[in-house]
Amino acid sequence: MTDNNMALAQLEPGEEAIIEFSDVNKWYGDFHVLKNINFSIRKGERIVVCGPSGSGKSTMTRCINRLEEHQKGSILVDGIEMNDNLKNIEAIRKDVGMVFQHFNLFPHLTILENLTLAPIWVRKMPKKEAEEMAMHYLERVKIANQAGKYPGQLSGGQQQRVAIARGLCMKPRIMLFDEPTSALDPEMIKEVLDVMVQLADEGMTMVCVTHEMGFAKTVADRVVFMDAGEIVEANTPHEFFENPQHDRTQLFLSQILNH
Amino acid sequence: MAIEFKPSPSLPPPSDSVGPVAWVRANFFSSPLNIALTLFSIYVLYLMIPPVLQWGLLDATWEGSSKAACTAGGACWAFIGAYFEQFMYGLYPETEYWRINLALILLIVLVGMFAIKAVNKLFLSIAIIVVYPIVAFILFSGGMFGLETVETSNWGGLFLTTLLGVVGIVASFPLGVLLALGRRSNMPIVKSVCVVFIETIRAVPLITILFMASVMIPLFLPEGLNFNKLLRVLIGITLFSAAYMAEVIRGGLQAIPKGQYEAADAMGLTYWQSMCLVILPQALKLVIPGIVNTFIGLFKDTTLVYIVGMFDLLGRIQAANHDANWLGTTIEGYAFAGFVYWIICFGMSRYSMAVERKLDTGHKRK
Repeated sequence: MTDNNMALAQLEPGEEAIIEFSDVNKWYGDFHVLKNINFSIRKGERIVVCGPSGSGKSTMTRCINRLEEHQKGSILVDGIEMNDNLKNIEAIRKDVGMVFQHFNLFPHLTILENLTLAPIWVRKMPKKEAEEMAMHYLERVKIANQAGKYPGQLSGGQQQRVAIARGLCMKPRIMLFDEPTSALDPEMIKEVLDVMVQLADEGMTMVCVTHEMGFAKTVADRVVFMDAGEIVEANTPHEFFENPQHDRTQLFLSQILNH
Repeated sequence: MAIEFKPSPSLPPPSDSVGPVAWVRANFFSSPLNIALTLFSIYVLYLMIPPVLQWGLLDATWEGSSKAACTAGGACWAFIGAYFEQFMYGLYPETEYWRINLALILLIVLVGMFAIKAVNKLFLSIAIIVVYPIVAFILFSGGMFGLETVETSNWGGLFLTTLLGVVGIVASFPLGVLLALGRRSNMPIVKSVCVVFIETIRAVPLITILFMASVMIPLFLPEGLNFNKLLRVLIGITLFSAAYMAEVIRGGLQAIPKGQYEAADAMGLTYWQSMCLVILPQALKLVIPGIVNTFIGLFKDTTLVYIVGMFDLLGRIQAANHDANWLGTTIEGYAFAGFVYWIICFGMSRYSMAVERKLDTGHKRK
């Protein structure tokens, strides 16, 4: 990483980090999947993480809510260190929403029940209140008329919008997106991206693994490029796309932009 | 200007591909081999059904007080009639049959109340799982509230079969769920205990467990401390069935995609919340056929209690076959036993299919 990019990965003194990776290393068996990740994310910042498959971008994102465990280094989320302390993990997970590539809605529950499950059981919210809030978020993702249906009756794009609404129902401080549009038909990608852009405009802290470079250009505060378990380059979208520093980044961009 | 796209209207399927005639053609006469098989099957049925009807219905004797009354050459159903009460209640005193009947009616009413929307399901479940067994136990064994005491050694017939089956099913199911979760646990001690228990029980025949329960456990217990043989047998059946149940349920747990576990974790649900609210409802629904398989197997395995000196339905029938007045009625006895077991097991199977349909939210294309 060049000095210029190093500065962009770290924060200025006095700035408050909401997520902080310090020397994070992770192995799957012998495979070194994350190598010395040092990265800080400010409150309200929108980060887009891109890179070839197997580069560790999903793994890094999933370390933030400890769906994956790291073996070395430390990850601070909202000032709390992610370690084996189950209470800490559960506390963080309440405040970190996550949207998955394959939606992962609960197929045995209706859309409304999918949304109210966590508020009722984790936030101990009364059922009626939870349902009102769920309907509010369903309206925001323009899908309120489907509240009584089951996930299996909805299209992929609709399911992903429900998944985003489900994440928002916990009123999270951070939203993680793990390739939210990769499993969608081309015609449905836009409806999901529109919801994400709207969310970004409201100042939500977002970490988004995606190959949608248009989304990265319009929404991201910083774009992070990873390869072989390392952060190769992190920069503002303008600098990242117009003036990539690293030859690996240039190759990646030339392959995905000129096909 | 672009050409406007209008989707073509949907047309009905061709008339020769729907309706009963098409169904018969597709299912029975679709190829030369199928035609041959259909004709052969009809011929076999023609050979088998008339003699069975002749024996079982047309030439049967329905009334009489001994085998000697059965002179028509067909089945001697009078035997079943003469022993019917013993087959149903065992040696339970005749004046106390109402207690068993009342308990059965109570159970049917309670379970039937699940269909009524206005009833609180939680209270109803507690009534069935906690209150009902106590009431039923007091009714069956007596000794309280002016009820005459009936020793469990007199319990028998279909009553005992049902009791063993229902208690075995109700007790082994939650135990099986816990064992299945334990076997997939990250905690090494919990995991090893569950693995050892399941593998040990599954490696031993039920007869051995019943013998252990009835003969060996009393040898190991200190003098004076002894508990009822029926209870020991019930525990044996429950543990045996729970081991099988655990493996069936583990199959369901493994079939749930990892994403469901992750989504539940990512929301901040605790382990038990995510299991009870997200994973188990899906996993159990998937393995309903396997669970019912185990239930039906358990219900039929209860006949093995005959070996430790308890007289369930089959035991009572076999004992009655030795009555000097009714020698030579073995076939009728076993036919009756088979019929009763078939009714109950077929009922369980149909019920489980109805439950599966009711719980189906997958909306797959059929």
